[in-house]
Amino acid sequence: MPILGADMTAGTLVAWRKQPGDAVKRGDIIAEVETDKGLIDVEVFVSGVLEKILVAPGATVPTGAVLAVIREEGEAPGVAPPAAVPAAPPARLRISPTAKRLAEELGVDPATVRGTGPDGAITREDVERAAARPAVAPPAAPLAEADRMARMRQTIGAAMARSKREIPHYYLATTIDMHRAMAWLAEANLRRPVTERLLYGVLLLKAVALALREVPELNAVWRGGQVVRSEAVHLGVALSLRGGGLVAPALHDADRQSLGDLMRSFRDLVQRARTGGLRSSELSDPTITVTSLGDQGVDSVFGIVYPPQVAIVGFGRVAERPWSVDGTIVSRPVVTATLAADHRVSDGHRGSRFLAAVDRLLHEPARL
Amino acid sequence: MIANFAAMDVRPGSMGCPFSLLALDQIVNNAATLRHMSGGQLSVPLVVRMATGGGRQLAAQHSHSLEGWFAHIPGIKVLAPATPADARGLLLAALEDPDPVFVFEHATLYPTEGEVDESAGPAEIGRAAVRREGSAVTLITYGGSLPKALQAADRLAVEGLEAEVIDLRSLRPLDTRAILASVARTHRAVIVDEGWRMCSFAAEVSAQIMEQGFYDLDGPVARVCSAEVPMPYAKHMEDAALPQVATIVATVQERLGRRG
Repeated sequence: MPILGADMTAGTLVAWRKQPGDAVKRGDIIAEVETDKGLIDVEVFVSGVLEKILVAPGATVPTGAVLAVIREEGEAPGVAPPAAVPAAPPARLRISPTAKRLAEELGVDPATVRGTGPDGAITREDVERAAARPAVAPPAAPLAEADRMARMRQTIGAAMARSKREIPHYYLATTIDMHRAMAWLAEANLRRPVTERLLYGVLLLKAVALALREVPELNAVWRGGQVVRSEAVHLGVALSLRGGGLVAPALHDADRQSLGDLMRSFRDLVQRARTGGLRSSELSDPTITVTSLGDQGVDSVFGIVYPPQVAIVGFGRVAERPWSVDGTIVSRPVVTATLAADHRVSDGHRGSRFLAAVDRLLHEPARL
Repeated sequence: MIANFAAMDVRPGSMGCPFSLLALDQIVNNAATLRHMSGGQLSVPLVVRMATGGGRQLAAQHSHSLEGWFAHIPGIKVLAPATPADARGLLLAALEDPDPVFVFEHATLYPTEGEVDESAGPAEIGRAAVRREGSAVTLITYGGSLPKALQAADRLAVEGLEAEVIDLRSLRPLDTRAILASVARTHRAVIVDEGWRMCSFAAEVSAQIMEQGFYDLDGPVARVCSAEVPMPYAKHMEDAALPQVATIVATVQERLGRRG
């Protein structure tokens, strides 16, 4: 069960998309998992053959629990060659004979019971425990929308409280002249078909991604008491969800995508965040978060770092403001960029370098 | 020849278990069969006491635990006393029995001391004894493995796991009812048997539980047996080959998912 958020402790397996014996390759979606962030598609990280499914649909298991066994290419089969059993039935539930009988007597669905016996087998004790907790809604049923919102609020609250408790934040802000960027964008969009047009937000994202190459310590996670820098730039994009709550899935390798690709990736991500179908890697991979409240009309947003990341970048709205150019006051579109970052990892000096780099990059939009 | 003596009601004494192999023809073909083949006209009131088992550095030819072999044969009874009282009570019962009875006495138990009620009559053949009550797991054992199983139960009790210990006392006839009653309470069984695991007496006990107590089981039956090697002479290797307290404890912990 992948950790799909800093404070996620368990998830419910909703469905398997692959069956034992199926070939899987890296990036394939193997299962759907219900979390307080909605339905998430779990991806495979190795290529091979799905040998065995260990968790039945409907079961809620803690993060880190093994969901299935994949035999990697070239690896000897564990028990029997799964290829020889093309239409293997779903994994048999490991439950002891007496636990099974007890479950029938008590009206407990064994598929909803977490096994604690050897090899995860369900024992009498597990069934008794499950029977003693009738108050818990059957985890197999998708969470009611209201419940999910409540749980998401709780999760956000826990993550933010942890962040404020553990991370010594520092905050920086700078106002950036978007005159060139907006002019370049208007012209570029003239040459693009309507469906391919760019939003200015994509320029901001790309500028952040490129600036991180210059100040790489902000593109990292804090793990086990030390900072682990990431070579790849996976921008977590804070998206508000209809009905409340938010999620910040990753735009993978944002620094290496063209603006057109980035726009498409962004649209796709927004779409899936709102309808379900985010991928597990998108929730676990972000190396920094970008939040923008420009649409809401605020001038600036000071974020709270999302653990285990070490920085969050905020953008307010792009608004026409009086701006001094060569001693003359002119009207310019400007945006306030902010940085909240972890003082254990970086300091205001490096943070300033980062915001300055964002500023510089937005003045050369053609190179983004 | 033994059988002939016995048929004349002359009851011979004891031998080492390994040496009994020289008399297998008389035991299996004569002693065990005469009542049947004579249509009940002849009985063989034979009692054989045998020193059995390892643990004394007597190496590969003098450390056998062949109780399981003898218990395989219809027509003879196989007893395995593990306490001073049983050594007396089961021997008395054997002497009163009209048919051949083999008493396997684990050699490491000979120094065991204990109060014996001299007025007590013969013990009942075919009746197991619960030597320790518990609810977490049933340890089923007999003979020389009983003290080890009891020590293991003491160690497990420190962790809060109360093991029930059943002393079979009689391998044939076997007190299956006592075994099943205990497993129905604890839902888990670990059999401790000094015989080699393959085709061991433990295998028979395990099969009976599977056949008659399957729906009471909360996990697979486990066996702690001797390693599949001729008994080594070297002390540390012999220790490694035989069931030990630590192996029993570890097996129980593993079966209860208490490891790690």
